[in-house]
Amino acid sequence: MFEDNPTNLKKESTASQLPQRRQLQHWHHVSSQAAHQQQPFDSSLEKPQFPGASAEFVDHLEFIQPNVISGIPVYRVMDRQGNIINASEDPQLSKETVLNFYQKMTLLNTMDRILYESQRQGRISFYMTNYGEEGTHIGSAAALESNDLVFGQYREAGVLMYRGFPLDLFMAQCYANADDLGKGRQMPVHYGSKDLNFVTISSPLATQIPQAVGAAYALKRENMNRAVICYFGEGAASEGDAHAGFNFSATLECPLIFFCRNNGYAISTPTNEQYRGDGIAARGPGYGMLSIRVDGNDVFAVYNATKEARRRAVAENQPFLIEAMTYRIGHHSTSDDSSAYRSVDEVNYWDKQDHPISRLRHYMTARDWWSEDDERSWRKQSRKTVMEAFERAERRLKPNPELLFTDVYEEMTPSLDKQRESMFRHIQQYKEHYPVDLYEK
Amino acid sequence: MAAAARVFIRGAHATLSVPGAGKQSSARSALLKLSPGCSSRLKTQQRHAAHFTFQPEPVTTQYGPTQKMNLFQSITSALDNTLASDPTAVIFGEDVAFGGVFRCTVGLRDKYGKDRVFNTPLCEQGIVGFGIGAAVAGATAIAEIQFADYIFPAFDQIVNEAAKYRYRSGNLFDCGNLTIRAPWGCVGHGSLYHSQSPEAFFAHCPGIKIVIPRGPLEAKGLLLSCIADNNPCLFFEPKILYRAAVEQVPVDSYTIPLSQAEVLQEGSDVTLVAWGTQIHVLKEVANMAQEKLGVSCEVIDLRTILPWDTETICKSVVKTGRLLISHEAPVTGGFAAEISSTVQEECFLNLEAPIARVCGYDTPFPHIFEPFYIPDKWKCFEAIKRMINY
Repeated sequence: MFEDNPTNLKKESTASQLPQRRQLQHWHHVSSQAAHQQQPFDSSLEKPQFPGASAEFVDHLEFIQPNVISGIPVYRVMDRQGNIINASEDPQLSKETVLNFYQKMTLLNTMDRILYESQRQGRISFYMTNYGEEGTHIGSAAALESNDLVFGQYREAGVLMYRGFPLDLFMAQCYANADDLGKGRQMPVHYGSKDLNFVTISSPLATQIPQAVGAAYALKRENMNRAVICYFGEGAASEGDAHAGFNFSATLECPLIFFCRNNGYAISTPTNEQYRGDGIAARGPGYGMLSIRVDGNDVFAVYNATKEARRRAVAENQPFLIEAMTYRIGHHSTSDDSSAYRSVDEVNYWDKQDHPISRLRHYMTARDWWSEDDERSWRKQSRKTVMEAFERAERRLKPNPELLFTDVYEEMTPSLDKQRESMFRHIQQYKEHYPVDLYEK
Repeated sequence: MAAAARVFIRGAHATLSVPGAGKQSSARSALLKLSPGCSSRLKTQQRHAAHFTFQPEPVTTQYGPTQKMNLFQSITSALDNTLASDPTAVIFGEDVAFGGVFRCTVGLRDKYGKDRVFNTPLCEQGIVGFGIGAAVAGATAIAEIQFADYIFPAFDQIVNEAAKYRYRSGNLFDCGNLTIRAPWGCVGHGSLYHSQSPEAFFAHCPGIKIVIPRGPLEAKGLLLSCIADNNPCLFFEPKILYRAAVEQVPVDSYTIPLSQAEVLQEGSDVTLVAWGTQIHVLKEVANMAQEKLGVSCEVIDLRTILPWDTETICKSVVKTGRLLISHEAPVTGGFAAEISSTVQEECFLNLEAPIARVCGYDTPFPHIFEPFYIPDKWKCFEAIKRMINY
């Protein structure tokens, strides 16, 4: 009865009208007053009355087979050469918009190269690149409203860049200088911006997932047409917090988008050691959530899916799960050398043959929207602006050490005040042993 | 989390009510034919009365008209006031919709709507994570954890996220609108997982506040302060007092300041410090000490565990020269250790005797051995005797 195709939970329904759609059926109420289609009522049959499920009886023993071989298909708009496959799916964005996509992706790429190098040279302590995943950032960010709230993990800098976070502030956070909005308290790439509705990143994985749900619930009650998007990787999706978030979002009917960047690796752990089911998208139906898998390297597919999910999430007050398949071209971070666990050939394939930036470029050049000259001059210009921001950030002093003690609570406490005074007295006495000149006074 | 083990907890003198026993209980007791030798055994098996006598606060008119309320009703009253005055306030957790397993949220869903008082799935890390997010987005989020014993799945969200939200974001974001409430402390038969006092785990975490009231009047004012406070707060409610503690409590809103200990009774020979249920034990101990030893005790309710009021405690110890701290939680690493350490730093030369900690033993909270485990009035009394005779 139940077959190996999770897209249609009942392959042969009797008189049931479960539509044969690729996207999965969402059931609002998993109760006996289920919103699913009416079964023809035969009074000679017994129907289960359990409050916990609204299924039929079955009289032979058969386990439902999880389908990993031909699982949920991957939605895409462009092929790997940047050609539109189905014209009706082309979002037909303006040249200006598409150029902006391209420039944001490449600017991010340039910033990544320079900051990665700067860590190698000992100028900043740590960095994480976004290589290969630029399409997931820009495509999804472009599909949101500017006042939608973003909860991220750590590899979504392109979302912030798309929204207009200046290079100076990216650099300030990485350098932890006195211009850092975070006041120098966190490791590099832990960005945040209240103005751009991007909640500050924290290192523990998946903690943002149930938080995003709570935020969406609060925004739903405000009724101001705002959504929440929550980014996380396929590794973080194994955390208990992910399960908690998915379940809460569905039961509490929250307007949010769960956006999973499935990039193939959680540091060194490949996906076949992370899960045995059909990825993250297949978990959605288990929670009663509408779900889709997209080609994360196709910026238009990401854009279309996010746009529609956002529209419906707010209109219908329900969560959506988007699993964006992509590939992490870079190392996990500057503390990682991925040649220890994957081949250079594998990485090169993705870099050369299926990259979000080159696919979009082909789309643009096919329409004569971007020439070799444009490319050359843009590369030069973007590199220049990044380098200038970089040099400014490097020259800047670090924040005043008194900021070590503030914002623990909203107010300063007597105990912290005493500790602060004690620290300054100590530094005064032993100042030659502390790098006081690097910090603002 | 241990759903099967959750029984209705009764007050000190009420009868047991086990869900599901229903109509069969009377039939069953008729079947129980006791052998003659049983009756004497029965006497020894009677449950002990509570280890304390609740001492109600005197009636106060400073906050307006009052009404007789027990502890859970005073909580309901605080939540009612909050939902009435703050349209963003929401209350959520396991079983809060029907009124809660301790009846703290009775009537609120009907009065304020199902979008404001609602059940969540059974998942503490989700409850707290959800609460943090709601608070970050501007709602006044009041999360209930069904028993403090089950707060640990949410430890990461509390310690790594809630406590650090403001600091790590450079004050761009915070979850100050979050309050987490949980029933706390021994209840006579709660055993390992319905009796814990976990404040010490959280006291080590800068960025959150921890508050524990001793009765209904204090509870409502302190809870309202926690809700109003712009920092994430843990509010532990002594479950043994839910029905047993009855006071005249103001009907309207009022607040009692956080991080301020209260001297309940002045004295000159020993300072006694506790919080929650144990305050009532210490009040009795103070009377015993006066009557039997002629010793004058100063009794202080700490009220806020973090950030704690070092000034009031130290000022008292400077006067008396002796300090006894008492809590149900295990002695090693318990909060008494923090108080003791700070007091010996600040008041070393004033001390006439080593600081006494009368606390639970370093064991999980036992079931049948509870009368031996808890830091009762005799143990406290004995500790005072030793300090006086040091």
